[in-house]
Amino acid sequence: MDFPILSLLTFLPLVGVLFILLIRGDKQTVARNARRTALFVSSFVFIISLYMLYFFDETSAEFQFVEKVEWLSGLNISYHMGVDGISLFFVMLATFLTPICIIASWHAIKKRVKEYMIAFLVLETFMIGTFCALDAVLFYVFFEGVLLPMFIIIGVWGGPRRVYSAFKFFLYTLFGSVLMLVALLALYLHAGTSDIPTLMENPVVRDMQMWLWLAFFASFAVKMPMWPVHTWLPDAHVEAPTAGSVILAGVLLKMGGYGFLRFSIPMFPEATEFFTPLVMWLSVIAIIYTSLVALVQEDMKKLIAYSSVAHMGYVTLGIFTATTQGVEGGIFQMISHGIISAGLFLCVGVVYDRLHTREMSRYGGLVKNMPKYATIFMILMLGSVGLPGTSGFVGEFLTLLGAYQADTVIAALATTGVILGATYMLVLYRRVVFGEQKNKDAAAMPDVDKREFAIFIPLVLMVVWLGVAPSFVMDRVSPSVQNLLVNYNAALGREMPEVKIIKVSKAAYKAHHNTSVKEAH
Amino acid sequence: MTSFTLSSLTPLLPELFLAIAGMVLLVAGVLRGNQSTDFISRSSIFCLVFAASLLLGMEWTRVETLNGMFVLDGFAGYMKLLIIGGLIASIALSIQYLHQDYIVRFEYPILILFSGIGMLMMVSAHDMMSLYVGLELQSLALYVLATIRRDHIKSAESGMKYFVLGAISSGILLFGMSLLYGYTGTTNFTLLGETLNTDVNLGAVIGLVFILSGIAFKISAVPFHMWTPDVYEGAPTSVTALFAIVPKIAAIGLLIRLLFEPFAALQDQWHQIIWFISLASMALGAFAGIAQNNVKRLLAYSSIGNMGYALIGVAAAGEMGITAVMVYLTIYIIMTAGVFGIILCMRRDGSAVEKIDDLAGLSQNSPVLAYALAILMFSLSGIPPLAGFFGKFFIFQAAVESGLIVLAVLGVLASVVASYYYLRVIKVMFFDEPADKFDSEISLSRKLVIGLSIFVTVLFILNPTPLIEKSRAAASSLFNGSSHSVTLAQTDHDN
Repeated sequence: MDFPILSLLTFLPLVGVLFILLIRGDKQTVARNARRTALFVSSFVFIISLYMLYFFDETSAEFQFVEKVEWLSGLNISYHMGVDGISLFFVMLATFLTPICIIASWHAIKKRVKEYMIAFLVLETFMIGTFCALDAVLFYVFFEGVLLPMFIIIGVWGGPRRVYSAFKFFLYTLFGSVLMLVALLALYLHAGTSDIPTLMENPVVRDMQMWLWLAFFASFAVKMPMWPVHTWLPDAHVEAPTAGSVILAGVLLKMGGYGFLRFSIPMFPEATEFFTPLVMWLSVIAIIYTSLVALVQEDMKKLIAYSSVAHMGYVTLGIFTATTQGVEGGIFQMISHGIISAGLFLCVGVVYDRLHTREMSRYGGLVKNMPKYATIFMILMLGSVGLPGTSGFVGEFLTLLGAYQADTVIAALATTGVILGATYMLVLYRRVVFGEQKNKDAAAMPDVDKREFAIFIPLVLMVVWLGVAPSFVMDRVSPSVQNLLVNYNAALGREMPEVKIIKVSKAAYKAHHNTSVKEAH
Repeated sequence: MTSFTLSSLTPLLPELFLAIAGMVLLVAGVLRGNQSTDFISRSSIFCLVFAASLLLGMEWTRVETLNGMFVLDGFAGYMKLLIIGGLIASIALSIQYLHQDYIVRFEYPILILFSGIGMLMMVSAHDMMSLYVGLELQSLALYVLATIRRDHIKSAESGMKYFVLGAISSGILLFGMSLLYGYTGTTNFTLLGETLNTDVNLGAVIGLVFILSGIAFKISAVPFHMWTPDVYEGAPTSVTALFAIVPKIAAIGLLIRLLFEPFAALQDQWHQIIWFISLASMALGAFAGIAQNNVKRLLAYSSIGNMGYALIGVAAAGEMGITAVMVYLTIYIIMTAGVFGIILCMRRDGSAVEKIDDLAGLSQNSPVLAYALAILMFSLSGIPPLAGFFGKFFIFQAAVESGLIVLAVLGVLASVVASYYYLRVIKVMFFDEPADKFDSEISLSRKLVIGLSIFVTVLFILNPTPLIEKSRAAASSLFNGSSHSVTLAQTDHDN
């Protein structure tokens, strides 16, 4: 297809920014038109991304919708875009969540609306660009660029400790990223190009792999975030405005996992193998430790933030098992977590907008005055717990399955996280939704209105749909993951471990069934 | 034997034109007094534009003239264009400021013009003599500019400090030159290079160290940076802008020429020195900037740090390194001009304010200025997709390529530390409650400078190619040019 759909997706939000900049008039008009423009543009981007999803060839592991234009001449650094099964759903996640964020901030954001909408659209450009870039330098530009709007979003529209949190977020992430930049330059000079597909075919020697892997790890581990460099996340989440938290948990965290899949594993296979035990133990510590920390939180947002760290622990665990189930599970877990945690932060946002506190003890008994809210919250909460039938189950189950093949002890330890996860989420739900109505103002809160309902419907539907029919995602992810793992194992000089999945076609099943029935007679 | 024909002056056309124009303007100024300042400023800008077009009209193939005293090649040509651009920006920024701070003196633009001639000489110097003459011409003009507000105690103090320390550094430089002359018997760069190539003796190395120290002072590299914050703070802001934008470019140009032509054979020796002062400058620029409350002092430390980054490219010691330095400096000039343009707008009730806290809530009082400054600050801290990122990108690329991994890693870490104080400026503008509004009158010329700066900073990513190509051509002329240089006038060593 010649139509540059990925560039359109990436840069259309910037066109929206231009329109918003042109809005003139009194404060109210500007705010109203800015909101509308942002919503219109981001929805349009979402529609285009659906179009991309529709035309995505699910049988292929190749990069699709590829665009390549000369950029830095003479340096072999080009503007190269494309998506494969691994990146496809992250792009979808970004385009899906941005309009939701904009609707969620419709009334919550009252000051400097124009700037807020601009920040979100710029953020969308960088997010989509990160997942589409097939050139390492281009990737870095988008990856780092995310910091600019996010810094402003946390710092301007955040809570009381927003300045501290914004700085912590920015400096932590920047620290990791600049180390990656140096590694990226070394990689570029080694291969003479920064083209990601070419880099994948140009393995570096083992010693160099170790250093480069560590440098990339520094960046992705902070972004992910992995224990012990996760401490920026609870701060950033607590202080960010609701929509900021949604994007942070929904999309930005996934950049770390995506980075592992795009750079660490295919480009440094030997180093990946060498460091796998380290990553796995860090993941297990993250799962257990942050779950315990989540258990004692009073602040609802902080609790969900810590649960995010734990859930990301499953992702890294799954990815580094280098098994089909583990990697696919990791990707699915990221997508599912993107939707569920977005929903949970929005749930907190709903009650925060009404009462302006996130203390659990200020609420209670909400099921009586907010039944719709209680239902929505319940579905999302169960998704986070990983109840079968929700998307959370598929991801957790597959990663644990993968982990079990790799290391039984680790799998056993990680499984305790499932129990702990259920504990803290149920505690949260019970304290907020059930129990006595202790406070009059909490008891008087109105139920979700139409606008809020409209935000939650797609999220809840997605949670259930992905839980019941994960194959829609899996079919598209699989070929690329298989390709990744085949190359990974080939680079390590070993056969791809056979995965015994017995595929039985309907006809064969019937035939078999008939013969066995006949035999019985 | 020396010979002199009129044609041997052609490579000096821009310098000669500026010198004559400067003197004509001086006479005009004397005759018409201080009320002609604006006219002289505008004429100076016009003269500089004309000089730039003269420069562009010439061929930049390497020529040596005036008995090997003066050289024009792609490198010098490019640096001269940068310098002239910086001078134009500085004068354009000063026009309104001079009126606002009651320092309307016609000497102001003329002194900038003369210091500019000195800088142009510096990057074209091909002999210790012409080097020193150029250096002193620019320095003396700058000393006077620093004290141009002579009734103001800080301005006088900064000028005095600058003069005394500058004189000492010139002394050190001269001492180094005399040592070098004593041990090699020549001041010509080509002959120096040939002599040092055959015989490296300790005396010459000591001379090199002294010369490098002298130049390190001019580019305010650690440990010769002490004057910078005080002079930046004390000098009138438009002069600070000039200091931040132009003289360092000339000094770096001079340094590069020295290191890669006469001292190419001593690379092992100077490499260690450059490595150290580069690292020290980056580190000091990053850490010392954190505690500053004055915008001008902050930018002084920022410029120290930035010179450290530029020196990484020099330490990388290759065509790629020099290309990176030139890209870096170009982007740096453009960003700095924009930053100072905005700082000059920091005025309340008719007088200048320069605390960082004075910027509080600027995003609500004058959003355009605030966004402009925020973009420049993000760019200075090297965040993509802004131009500042690409400057650093090429520098680190050159460093990694030539195996300076340690320097590169420490450099990027220093950039994270430095990003803290750039972010603090943004924090004050965006996150804090608004202070009183700034005066709103901003002259057109200042708007143009800021606008152009933002334009390049934001859109550089779309087409970085021309700058890279030009810089690469300029850098390669330094490495490949001297083998087939044209000599206009017969010189001693040709015979």
